[in-house]
Amino acid sequence: MLERFNMVNRLSPDANMVLTTVDKAVNLARANSLWYLLMGLACCSIELMQTGGPRADIDRFGSLFRATPRQSDLMIVAGTVTLKMAPRLRLLYDQMAEPKYVIAMGSCANCGGPFDLSYSVLRGVDKIIPVDVYLPGCPPRPEALTEALIKVQEKIKKEKYFLKKEG
Amino acid sequence: MDPEKLITILTSRLGIAVQSMDAMKNDDLMIVVDKKHLITAAGTLKNDPALGFSTLMNHLGVDYGDSMAVIYNLYSPALKQKVTVKVYLDRDNPEVPSLERAFRGIDWFERETYDLFGIRFIGHGNLKRLLLPEDWDGHPLRKDYVYPALYNGIETARIDMMNETDEAGEPHV
Repeated sequence: MLERFNMVNRLSPDANMVLTTVDKAVNLARANSLWYLLMGLACCSIELMQTGGPRADIDRFGSLFRATPRQSDLMIVAGTVTLKMAPRLRLLYDQMAEPKYVIAMGSCANCGGPFDLSYSVLRGVDKIIPVDVYLPGCPPRPEALTEALIKVQEKIKKEKYFLKKEG
Repeated sequence: MDPEKLITILTSRLGIAVQSMDAMKNDDLMIVVDKKHLITAAGTLKNDPALGFSTLMNHLGVDYGDSMAVIYNLYSPALKQKVTVKVYLDRDNPEVPSLERAFRGIDWFERETYDLFGIRFIGHGNLKRLLLPEDWDGHPLRKDYVYPALYNGIETARIDMMNETDEAGEPHV
């Protein structure tokens, strides 16, 4: 267990003490409390609800939904982003506190998907906000979304949090 | 009710408002109504005790390329009969009286038709866009719609593909 998180007990076995770096400890805490914004735009949000439900159960990874962007670390863009919705989505992203992460869930959020040639659909959410993980699928299964969440956790664990520039 | 019998009743009740009336393959009636008489015709269809077309099932707009039309699908629970009322419009100046007085539920239908076709409904109390943002340019379901490259600085559709036409002049998508 300790080796997995790069923590080594270098003291005597009965010392009840663990040595690690501050970055490692903070990143471990951040990665296992990724609260995502309660936001669904289209049919992908049904899969998002399933992922939060008891079968896929991403509560296991310390991830649960918050109904306000000000308490969220992760934005899961679940569905088609229309041009009318795009400024509102950007506003929600701006209201989230740093550090913040984005999963583009499904083909629509990645590139427009089946609405590629529509007049009213944004062709990829990365045109308005930065994206950390692109998750393909139409819609992706809950297992796939869990995998995307783990990818974000891996990214967080590799970060130098105290050296990270904001914005 | 027998379609022939209904045609006789409707012809006598609607009078000069009717331009043509035909039975369709599914025994429904297609009534083409003159724009000037639309409100009186709709009032007769709804309120006449022998007819009672009180249910507005659907409303839509059509762009034929050289003309435009609005279509109203009405249903009479008493006669168990459907009619399709159609009004042809001038394409350069697509205006039609609003049926909001007769059928309250048509409010958002007419706003959607205005939004996507640019057909103006005279007398509508709140005629503004329903689906698209209010600063949107143009009406996307019209045949002559030109897809914009940018919306508020956001890159929109693949306009190179969308504004193309094939040899027959038909759009690709």
